Amino acid sequence: MVRSRSPVSRLLSGLSAADRSAVSQALNLVDDQRPKERAAALELLDRLEQRDDAGGAVRVGITGAPGAGKSSLLNALVETLREQERTIGIIAVDPSSQQSGGALLGDRMRIGFSARESGVFLRSMAARDRLGGLADATYASVAILSAVFDLVFIETVGVGQSECDVARLVDSLIFVAQPGAGDTLQFMKAGILELPDIFVVNKADFGATAERARNELIAGLGMASERDGEGWQAPVILTSARDESGIKELAEAIDAHRGWLETSGELPVRRARGRLGFVRDALVRRYGEYGLDHIGGGAALEARVAEASEYSTFRLVHELGSEIEEALRRP
Amino acid sequence: MPTADQPDRPWLIRTYSGHSSARASNALYRDNLSKGQTGLSVAFDLPTQTGYDSDHPLARGEVGKVGVPICHIDDMTTLFDGIPLDRMNTSMTINATAAWLLALYVATAERQDVAPGQLQGTTQNDIIKEYLSRGTYIFPPEPSMRLTGDVVAYTVEEIPRWNPINICSYHLQEAGATPVQEIAFAMATAVAVLDSVRERDDVPDEAIGRVFGRISFFLNAGMRFIEETCKCRAMNAIWEELGRERYAIDEAKMLRFRYGVQVNSLGLSEAQPENNIVRIALEALGVTLSKEARTRSLQLPAWNEALGLPRPWDQQLSLRTQQILAHETDLLEHEDIFDGSHVIEALTRELGDAARQELQKVLEMGGAVAGVENAYMKEALVASHARRVRAIESGELTVVGVNRFREGVASPLTERGQESILKVDDSAEREQVERLRAFRSKRNAAEVQAALRHLAESLANGASVVPASIRAAHAGATTGEWADTLRKQFGQYRAPTGVSRVSSGTTSESVETVRKRVDDLAEKLGRRPKILVGKPGLDGHSNGAEQIAVKARDVGMEVVYDGIRLTPGEIVQSARDEGVHVIGLSILSGSHGVLVIDVLEGLRQEGLQSLPVVVGGIIPEQDASELSAAGVARIYTPKDFNLTQIMDEIVDVVARAHG
Repeated sequence: MVRSRSPVSRLLSGLSAADRSAVSQALNLVDDQRPKERAAALELLDRLEQRDDAGGAVRVGITGAPGAGKSSLLNALVETLREQERTIGIIAVDPSSQQSGGALLGDRMRIGFSARESGVFLRSMAARDRLGGLADATYASVAILSAVFDLVFIETVGVGQSECDVARLVDSLIFVAQPGAGDTLQFMKAGILELPDIFVVNKADFGATAERARNELIAGLGMASERDGEGWQAPVILTSARDESGIKELAEAIDAHRGWLETSGELPVRRARGRLGFVRDALVRRYGEYGLDHIGGGAALEARVAEASEYSTFRLVHELGSEIEEALRRP
Repeated sequence: MPTADQPDRPWLIRTYSGHSSARASNALYRDNLSKGQTGLSVAFDLPTQTGYDSDHPLARGEVGKVGVPICHIDDMTTLFDGIPLDRMNTSMTINATAAWLLALYVATAERQDVAPGQLQGTTQNDIIKEYLSRGTYIFPPEPSMRLTGDVVAYTVEEIPRWNPINICSYHLQEAGATPVQEIAFAMATAVAVLDSVRERDDVPDEAIGRVFGRISFFLNAGMRFIEETCKCRAMNAIWEELGRERYAIDEAKMLRFRYGVQVNSLGLSEAQPENNIVRIALEALGVTLSKEARTRSLQLPAWNEALGLPRPWDQQLSLRTQQILAHETDLLEHEDIFDGSHVIEALTRELGDAARQELQKVLEMGGAVAGVENAYMKEALVASHARRVRAIESGELTVVGVNRFREGVASPLTERGQESILKVDDSAEREQVERLRAFRSKRNAAEVQAALRHLAESLANGASVVPASIRAAHAGATTGEWADTLRKQFGQYRAPTGVSRVSSGTTSESVETVRKRVDDLAEKLGRRPKILVGKPGLDGHSNGAEQIAVKARDVGMEVVYDGIRLTPGEIVQSARDEGVHVIGLSILSGSHGVLVIDVLEGLRQEGLQSLPVVVGGIIPEQDASELSAAGVARIYTPKDFNLTQIMDEIVDVVARAHG
């Protein structure tokens, strides 16, 4: 007897087998706005999130100003991680043109194709209509790659909104600063130094300038260190993609941070916080604070999100959204 | 003073040529020399330029296509068979592998009993413009600059009449440079080379004047020949200033600005191609009219380059054009005819001042190497080129027969279709590979290994690689082995594409219309249309791909563009992983046959046969119909200058494929 399986089941077994075509199709599906595809995407994400129990993939965000050398850094990091035979999924986010809606992606060939074939998967995505922020599909894409690969990286350009957005998606956030770019001061002002778990001063071949940037960062972190009550002291690592110095140290820092998240019990806390943040943000973006008030406001939302643990984050946005729409329709 | 009885000597008359094999190219050179050509200009094929042997997987489809394949000393010896090198002036268009091809040339001369000191010629050896335009770089900028310096350090002592580097503003113009950018970026490149040579231990301080005197330039000349004349005059002045002020040189002979020219190919049209004959002649005027800024050597392209590879007759016509200019006109009988012209003076000053400013800007950001790594120069070129493309689309810039005066009778020159271009014999690649394998099996393997080890040592200890390369050439090392030895030491590099920060400029109505269609298509597809722009093969001429990428973004598509030199397999993989709706391939090296078919086959194997593929390049009609039959959705050639319209058609292609 031939049992006909739903497309979602087929995708799920493809993902279990780490089939790259399935990964690609799943990423296409969660980006698809048509109603039928949205429904299928929700089903897929529900079933994936249920499987993602104790922690799953290590989710890492990499942010920093344009030109800080994120791509070459990621490339070197990927090489080191491949030597440890770990598989890697990458989502690279580039800004969309506000004028046309189009976007120029890619230019990441520094992440070589030979690496890609053997256990590295790269999908570039446009940030779409959000200034500096991330498209909803990015969150869903992380969920998909997390089901398949050992580590998932999200690389985003820019400063500000994207850090906050990325922080919700990942377990560890790496911030890449460029020596001499005056980054540090800017970030202290923006309050961004509170978010990253690991700091990288890239292009350490700048010598004294790089050392100075590192010291500035350490000083800046000292000022912002109230959060260290959590017990994690964010390291500042000097790296150079050119001679690959500091890359091993960075890989170790990622693992150390993950280890700390697990032993301290911080991992589920962070993920829950990320989930709430994402749901809230998605709803507010669509319906405004006004809309949110119609289901009882922020506090009520928090309780609802905590309760609905059987729902995937995306289902939750969908359900709560329908609820708000209905409430808004009532006279 | 030149007179009618005693005119000036003409410039070196050359034709850039080479194809198929060393044997076939040798016959071509001898034929050209017998027709009155006075120097040789060697075109190498892409595998030779990028350091691969003819049997390397990346060389597939490229062997003998845009030049001659040279894998080892026997190839080089065949290439110059019967051509006495002590009396020849040979220019070699070779960059990343310049040190190696120079070594093969020296070794070949030694086989002819000619000492290095007797040789005359030029290695192009300008890596900066490879990152910016031409794409045949291999290594990162820093070690590449060291190799450039290695050739300079060797030749300045051992081959005093050699031009170790020919700094090319030519390719910058092809990539879109304005005259100001052409001057500024070329001068920035010269400064980068000179500064790094000055630092070297093996070049004594007193030699810097000689080095300066041996640096030559390779310029482009477009249709605006008055402005081009002034550009050359401005470069004269700036070069002398640099010599005096930055390098403290005061010997007039060393300060002279020396340059060769290939006139503009970018402006040649596929539509009404006979018009190009006139364009080429007029462009030649821009670099010959002013005696004070006259070119030392000239290469003219063939009228049918936008259609395919030129035949011997087409090259002969270009040669005759030069000969007519030099020997029939009274051009060479006068002092500089512009002396005292306030118009020329003013324009020269204007270009020079703007270029000095731009040069200063690049120097302040750390010079040409920094300007490559931070993408500043590349982005500037892509933006200039985008402006040019828009100006042709809008009609603001006239191209006769293309966007104006298009009505006309059919050209008898092209009525015989395929016969109006050269067809490279498909057996050339197979035969070259057979020769290479035979060569490998008969050489002394132990000697080759020892020579390569010696090469690796000289790389590590910072000595010039040229002597070790000459030894490797004599021992029988191949181009691929030489380059692999360097790859191990230096690593490989990918240059920034420069497209990501180019602004789209003003929006025309037609762009708005296509945007609307893209938005509608996005609704229908469920997500924004995503296009992969791919450049398969070794061809590094990326203008077309870059402009397509920028335009696709401007009409609202999401564009994946990963730069040059991808294998068909990598393109297929990227298309699958990125989840694109359509693939656009750009190929200018004439190897579209093999590469496009490989991409289509790869897509079939991935179950992606429904993913549409469009192709752009110099694609002769017959090849186009073969590609269509194989499943290519649309084919674009240089006559399709309206990129907005191309985008409109790609919307159709995507809608149909995903309908």
